[in-house]
Amino acid sequence: MKTFRIGGVHPAENKLSADKSIETLALPMQAVFPLSQHIGAPATAIVKKGDIVKVGTKIAEAGGFVSAPIFSSVSGKVNKVDTAVDASGYRKPAIYIDVEGDEWEESIDRTDTLVKECDLAPEMIIEKIKDAGVVGMGGACFPTHVKLTPPPGCKAECVIINGVECEPYLTADYRLMMEKADQVMVGVTILMKAAKVDKGYIGIENNKPEAIKILTQKASEYQGIEVVPLKTKYPQGGEKQLIDAILSRQVPAPPAIPINVGAVVQNVGTAYAVYEAVQKNKPLFERIVTVTGKSLTNPSNYLTRMGVPMSQLIDAAGGQPEDTGKVIGGGPMMGKALMNTEIPITKGSSGILLMNNKEAKRLQPQPCIRCAKCVSACCMGLEPYLLATLSANEDWERVEKEGVSSCIECGSCQFTCPSHRYLLDYIRLGKTTVGGIIRARSTKK
Amino acid sequence: MANKLIVSLSPHVHGGDSVQKNMYRVLIALIPALLVSLLAFGVGAAIVTITSVAACLFFEWSISKFILKRNECTIYDGSAVITGVLLAFNLPSNLPIWIIIIGALVAIGIGKMTFGGLGNNPFNPALVGRVFLLISFPVQMTSWPKVGQLTSYIDAQTGATPLAIMKEAIKTGDSSVLSKLPDSFSLFIGIPNDVTLGAGSLGEISAAALIIGLIYMLVSKVITWHIPVSILATVFVMSGLMHIANPIYASPITVLCTGGLMLGAIFMATDYVTSPMTHKGMIIYGVAIGFLTVVIRAFGAYPEGMSFAILIMNAFTPLINTYCKPKRFGEVIKK
Amino acid sequence: MNLIFVAIISLGAIGLVAAVILYFVSKKFAVYEDPRIAKVSEVLPQANCGGCGFPGCSAFADACVKSTSLDGKFCPVGGQSVMDKVGQILGIDASVTEPKVAVVRCNGTCDNSPRVNLYDGAISCKIANATSGGETLCSYGCLGCGDCVEACQFDAIHMNPDTGLPEVDEDKCTACGACVKACPRVIIELRPKGKNNRRIFVSCVNKDKGAIANKECKVSCIACGKCVKVCPFEAITIDKNLAYIDPSKCKSCRKCVPECPNETIWEVGFPARKVLDTNEGNTKNADDITDTKKEGTPVSIDFANSDEVKADA
Repeated sequence: MKTFRIGGVHPAENKLSADKSIETLALPMQAVFPLSQHIGAPATAIVKKGDIVKVGTKIAEAGGFVSAPIFSSVSGKVNKVDTAVDASGYRKPAIYIDVEGDEWEESIDRTDTLVKECDLAPEMIIEKIKDAGVVGMGGACFPTHVKLTPPPGCKAECVIINGVECEPYLTADYRLMMEKADQVMVGVTILMKAAKVDKGYIGIENNKPEAIKILTQKASEYQGIEVVPLKTKYPQGGEKQLIDAILSRQVPAPPAIPINVGAVVQNVGTAYAVYEAVQKNKPLFERIVTVTGKSLTNPSNYLTRMGVPMSQLIDAAGGQPEDTGKVIGGGPMMGKALMNTEIPITKGSSGILLMNNKEAKRLQPQPCIRCAKCVSACCMGLEPYLLATLSANEDWERVEKEGVSSCIECGSCQFTCPSHRYLLDYIRLGKTTVGGIIRARSTKK
Repeated sequence: MANKLIVSLSPHVHGGDSVQKNMYRVLIALIPALLVSLLAFGVGAAIVTITSVAACLFFEWSISKFILKRNECTIYDGSAVITGVLLAFNLPSNLPIWIIIIGALVAIGIGKMTFGGLGNNPFNPALVGRVFLLISFPVQMTSWPKVGQLTSYIDAQTGATPLAIMKEAIKTGDSSVLSKLPDSFSLFIGIPNDVTLGAGSLGEISAAALIIGLIYMLVSKVITWHIPVSILATVFVMSGLMHIANPIYASPITVLCTGGLMLGAIFMATDYVTSPMTHKGMIIYGVAIGFLTVVIRAFGAYPEGMSFAILIMNAFTPLINTYCKPKRFGEVIKK
Repeated sequence: MNLIFVAIISLGAIGLVAAVILYFVSKKFAVYEDPRIAKVSEVLPQANCGGCGFPGCSAFADACVKSTSLDGKFCPVGGQSVMDKVGQILGIDASVTEPKVAVVRCNGTCDNSPRVNLYDGAISCKIANATSGGETLCSYGCLGCGDCVEACQFDAIHMNPDTGLPEVDEDKCTACGACVKACPRVIIELRPKGKNNRRIFVSCVNKDKGAIANKECKVSCIACGKCVKVCPFEAITIDKNLAYIDPSKCKSCRKCVPECPNETIWEVGFPARKVLDTNEGNTKNADDITDTKKEGTPVSIDFANSDEVKADA
């Protein structure tokens, strides 16, 4: 079975909500849309207080090429354009909309019929994806139209669809593949057309045998799409690890990106969003979110509009348990611990994990015993113990030389460390500082 | 709803590993060898082992509390116990208690705590203690009791160890001396009451018991195969070549199963703190230790070369770490 | 005996040859250094803190000797006395620079800004800053992990465990700027010490809108503008929902302090106020104000004779 060649760990899978089919969540009373839901420049609001909007109305324009527009997921009146605390813990500009009814824009096709054919030219497809505000739905939120536009000198050879979902607890992508396999397939063909390739791979971890079966069967109806079962190992879902497993090619260190080895990687949720955007004229304003946790009464997967406060999803899943220690946006390995549950669902919210008090507290770190388990675990071939020590000592020159910019912050090192050291905390500090130094160096030139 | 949420950076889960788990797994791996030593040397082995472990624990606790003035007590993490057991395995079973205590003081006090405690020492503490004792008390440290005397301690009868026989063969240039050695199979299994095994330290009697420990540690992922295999393979090849060239050198199987080679290769050289961090570095480390051991055993003044070889290579570990970096992602591009 | 003589003579000869070689080499490869640099370096405190802006005391001595005037060069550790000595050695006048001190512009104690989260991670302000907005609702305020305390080489700043905020020891602070650089939220500022060690500043760096800031912390600046209106010297400006007192314009008249509805403006080093007129709406009496605002300087009771109070009245 294919897998990536360096490092990796095996966290407990805990896919508590794997067999729960997707439920549609009720509408909120007020929806909050932070203007920075993607990598790149924040969007700029084009509505003001008092404006009436429908579901699918554009409320913020993209702030540049590497940016994406934001669409209202509710119909109602704009309450204010103010600030809101988002998942980062800081206040960012956001649009507040009071919900009235559920009126959709007329251009959106709300029927369920599968539209297989797409006669648009690749440039038109990319234009439509851009205008629909589609960004990477795996959590990174990179604007999809930018990924489909290779920089000069690079050519795409294939499209790789990330159906891996290696994070424990999360099942949103799995349920999408189980229940909307047809639409996902059409989305894959559209992505292949936009990237001008004739080969597409769908990578799925082998702890999802049902999904592998369904998609393999659907893929046989299409030309050039191959479903690749992959060994269950974290972080198989990282795009560089996925390319290594499927194509046996390793993307070189930054500033190289996957397109340099001819691969365009997209999440399976993005493929679905692309289908809806291109075939149904539906911009991105709703997504599947897994709400899960060992103490939760009803771990589930919800189809929710963006802008809904997370507390509403938690209540639908049985309410916040008494012993909740942490609320994590995303999975336990790379997700962000949230400050409160009023934070709204954004394009990158793949899951809400409620961790109980026992599991939430970190243990006291002990001195490094130089066991080198972190070196074995690092999937990028780095030496985490060294990067962490050098960052703590602020030796930025050496940190840069040791390759900290290649770190994908997967957390495997801290997961394995027997001394419970805060490896990734310091490596992140080193990465951001060195990134700033490199940027300052290039602007000075 | 009223309790405060905890906020921290990812990852938010941990694999459950801990320093304690690893140390206690090493202790479990040492149990077969411990049983063999008790069956071979009886009371003497028990006294030496218990004294060594107790002294190591006491010194770690007292130095940490009164000299370094630290708040946490680290004796529960198991590393002092392992140092105590490994030090004991290097000693003869008739060693007086006061000498053992000095050895523990040097091992823990100088070998570990002066550098700052667990994780900071450049040399293997048990070996530091053992070599110190060897040089300070050469007579007591080279009088090895014979196997099978279960009720004797200080009064045990001493005899020639297999290593001493091998040294004699090299010195006299007479390969017939080697016929005094027990056969390879007995050396490997090391049945504790087999008096033909001669004499030895607590831990060097049964290679088989040590290998059981090695398999346990490999399966429970405490260590990787690189260091033990590279040491043993190098010793095997080198001593094999030497044996073919000149029969005064013992056969490779005999060399592998005698002395502290197995103990050192499996438990001492694989010590986390003092060994290299990358697989490439570990193999270089292991090959060098194997080479040095054979050289010291064959051409040096001492019959046993393992302890010195490991200590010498411990000094090279930081250098090995600087130059042997793991293969980075992106350096392999296979089309 | 012969052997001893041979040993002495041979070693002696080696020593002699080495000495001759060293003598000629030291003459040939000698580097000329202005002797004044060594003299200046001697009077410097040798703390190598970088507070002067140069990398170390010898670099500072080098720069002083090589330039024609001492303008802009100031050793904050040695102070005016050391600069005068340097000027004497070089034969030029040392400019008089106003002494500065580090000021912590946050009053988000556990009472004023309640903790709503628990931070679990490495005790480093830079890392805590990257984790989230912090343990309180205010995402601009002090995180309390003590990067500033660690950065200080003069033992001049310490964490107060009751309030969770750092406190500056004015006598030890040399205004070298290490704590300013260490704080990821730029809460600490170097401000002039002021005449008689008295100064006034806004103890807040919260840039959220007033209504929100008020909910986050009881003593935050809500940018109501009352202080701006009352300042007779136009020293206060409001930018991004935060008031800032310009130290070059502020004359320490203290008119703004009682105006602030959230008690955000601090007056430090002043004697106790007499009881205020109630027509300003601020009914706090002198003891309350002095208790919350003093930073360890003794309360002087003889305020009837102080210049500032006379100006106030």
